[in-house]
Amino acid sequence: MSATTRAIILGLAALALGAPPVFAERIGDIVTTDPGEQLVKFLTFSDPGVRWTVLAAVLLGAACGLVGSFIVVRKMALLGDAISHAVLPGVALGFAWNMEKDAVAILTGATAAGMIGALTIGAIRRTTKIKEDAALGIVLASFFAIGICALKSIENTGRAGNISGVNHFLFGQAGALNQSDVVVLAIVFALVCLFLAVFCRQLLAASFNGEFAGVLGLPVRWLDNALLLLLTMVIVVSLQAVGVVLVSAMLVTPAATAYLMTDRFHRMLSYAVLFGVIAAWSGALLSFLRTDLPTGPFMALSASAMFCIAYLFAPRQGTILRWLRRLRRERRVREENTLKAIYKVLENRDFDGESVSFEELAQIRREPVETAQTRTEFLVHTGEATVDGDSIHLTPPGLQRAREVVRNHRLWELYLTNEADYAPDHVHDDAEKIEHILGEEAVRALERQLDFPETDPHGKPIPTV
Amino acid sequence: MMANSYLEMLFKYPEQLGWPILMGLLVSSACALVGCFLMLRRMALVGDAISHSVLPGVVIAFMISKSRDSVWIFLGALVAGILTTVMIEVIHARTRVKEDAAIGITFTTLFSIGVILISLYGGRVDLDLDCILYGKLDVAFAATESGAWLPPRIFFMLMVALAVGALLIAFFKELVVCSFDDGLAASLGLNPGLFHFGLMCVLSLTVVAGFEAVGAVLVVAMLILPGATALLLVDRVPPMLGLSLIHALLSTIGGAVVAYHMNWPSAAAMVVVGSALFALAWLASPRDGLMRRWFAKSQSPNLTTPAPASKMELDL
Repeated sequence: MSATTRAIILGLAALALGAPPVFAERIGDIVTTDPGEQLVKFLTFSDPGVRWTVLAAVLLGAACGLVGSFIVVRKMALLGDAISHAVLPGVALGFAWNMEKDAVAILTGATAAGMIGALTIGAIRRTTKIKEDAALGIVLASFFAIGICALKSIENTGRAGNISGVNHFLFGQAGALNQSDVVVLAIVFALVCLFLAVFCRQLLAASFNGEFAGVLGLPVRWLDNALLLLLTMVIVVSLQAVGVVLVSAMLVTPAATAYLMTDRFHRMLSYAVLFGVIAAWSGALLSFLRTDLPTGPFMALSASAMFCIAYLFAPRQGTILRWLRRLRRERRVREENTLKAIYKVLENRDFDGESVSFEELAQIRREPVETAQTRTEFLVHTGEATVDGDSIHLTPPGLQRAREVVRNHRLWELYLTNEADYAPDHVHDDAEKIEHILGEEAVRALERQLDFPETDPHGKPIPTV
Repeated sequence: MMANSYLEMLFKYPEQLGWPILMGLLVSSACALVGCFLMLRRMALVGDAISHSVLPGVVIAFMISKSRDSVWIFLGALVAGILTTVMIEVIHARTRVKEDAAIGITFTTLFSIGVILISLYGGRVDLDLDCILYGKLDVAFAATESGAWLPPRIFFMLMVALAVGALLIAFFKELVVCSFDDGLAASLGLNPGLFHFGLMCVLSLTVVAGFEAVGAVLVVAMLILPGATALLLVDRVPPMLGLSLIHALLSTIGGAVVAYHMNWPSAAAMVVVGSALFALAWLASPRDGLMRRWFAKSQSPNLTTPAPASKMELDL
């Protein structure tokens, strides 16, 4: 993952180095409102303000994707939400330090408050019977209320210069980001990358099985707290761009999307970084089209759109593909059950005559004649049977598949009675399921192990194919 | 100042003090009752999600009806609230994404849509983001302009609180059974899904009604804090409900007094007092407060303190 992210950083650094002359210090200072012109400006990087914003958005998306992956697989997705609200008292305190928007003081205060909030959640969970969700809610809302009161107190003293700037911490405006914000973001991102690069394996163990990691002798508590500190730092530096509420979106949604796309954690990390960067970049682009649009919501919606696509079309987890696979499987099972029933009718009268009537099929399946007719239509459709008036004929491929299914069924019954010591009257239901799944190789192995048997436990012959 | 001089002021300045306190009391009581059941069902954060995700419902209802009429706003919010629970369910039941992540994705999506709608049609929508985050309990109530004995918003909130109380009392047993054991409820012939859905509707109603007064974030505190504080002190559901109402009452009145002296926003001051009460219970609860644990530890260092329920599940 670090290779991918390093490549992205290098690419952006290269872009920043070839800098054209300065137009505006921040993206928010640009006043043109024509969407087309804005789009050109955004895509050509002709304005350094745009470059800072894009760089900030990309760094933010990547950092959130990395730490977000950990909280999503640890089922602590909403911890980000709690921390982002809990930083408010720290913001107020940092502001009160010297009564102005001193970035270092505010960021330090915010990180400290977020960390205290996160530790309080852990303490509530450990020492009381209150569950994690309620503990998160308590810390989130209490700290936020304390922060509001603290800000109001500062305002009441009347000595606060420009307190309105604090609002950026609450609602977020990527357009207000400038060079120094980007530097802070880059430092935090580098810290995250460094930490993950050094402790990736340990973190993986601690995230998926804390007890196992403890047995291995890893300092699980310290790893957890370090991860928590990084999470808080990422949240604090992202707040200015996306706001208190929507930091959660940048943390959770890209990581959850990546979680749908892959089973491997390393791949999940790089997917999460990719989705986070795309979401942040496109959110910045969309909100740039008009001057009065907020950035955070557009980033969140881009991330949600990607999640929606993955929800429907992800290769293994996507619901539409899963639904199609299920339909196909159900159809195959239905066809094979019909073939098996026809074979049994033929077998019951010792293969005397080649056609089977709908009534006979309905009788052996214990269902109405209409159902037997619709069943047969599917076979006609696949060319495995032909219908002539009231009689059904199996075609050679149909007969072949029917014999295969019956063979699978009876082989499995025999296997269960002989090798697994099942009672012969308990094996049918199991075989009813497995007959559709057994592959050629498994059948060969079964035949070898059972020494090429000729009859099943009920004395019926096992057809050869 | 003595208690009776506070009372005197209440009646002297109903617009500034009396009505906001009454409103706060109604909001926090309704939230406390619903919140207890949320806690028991481990759905505390669904309350958080709904309090944010009703925003697009409110904005769209406002844009369609062009009025701040409570009924329209309320309907819009109800639809958004139900949509939230459905979306959470659809995401976490059909994929391997867990419920917490599903909650995060859902409420941020809906909240974003709401914020974007406001900023696109901001001129025409008389809703501002400050109100959503901080609440407007302090806004002077245009009291008896129409000759009514109560300001209409307080009357509406009163109706909501009464409805919530009546519903919870009427279906108390069913709710308790469904909260603790879905399987048992189903075998008794109840429909747990229906009660879940009903509770979500009541939650949306409460959150929407309280939303304007106390804001989206602080309404979460009013939902969770009373029930959590009560849970630290008692085990059974009826006393828990009673204690949570007492918590709501104390934090409202305490909050009003603190807000008056410190010149803080009332809703935030209420939550600060409420969390102070929670911290007090956490420290000093006679059953499993921190002080008792420390005391027990220093008395007999060999005796381990009783592990909380969650730990015990793990050890088993």
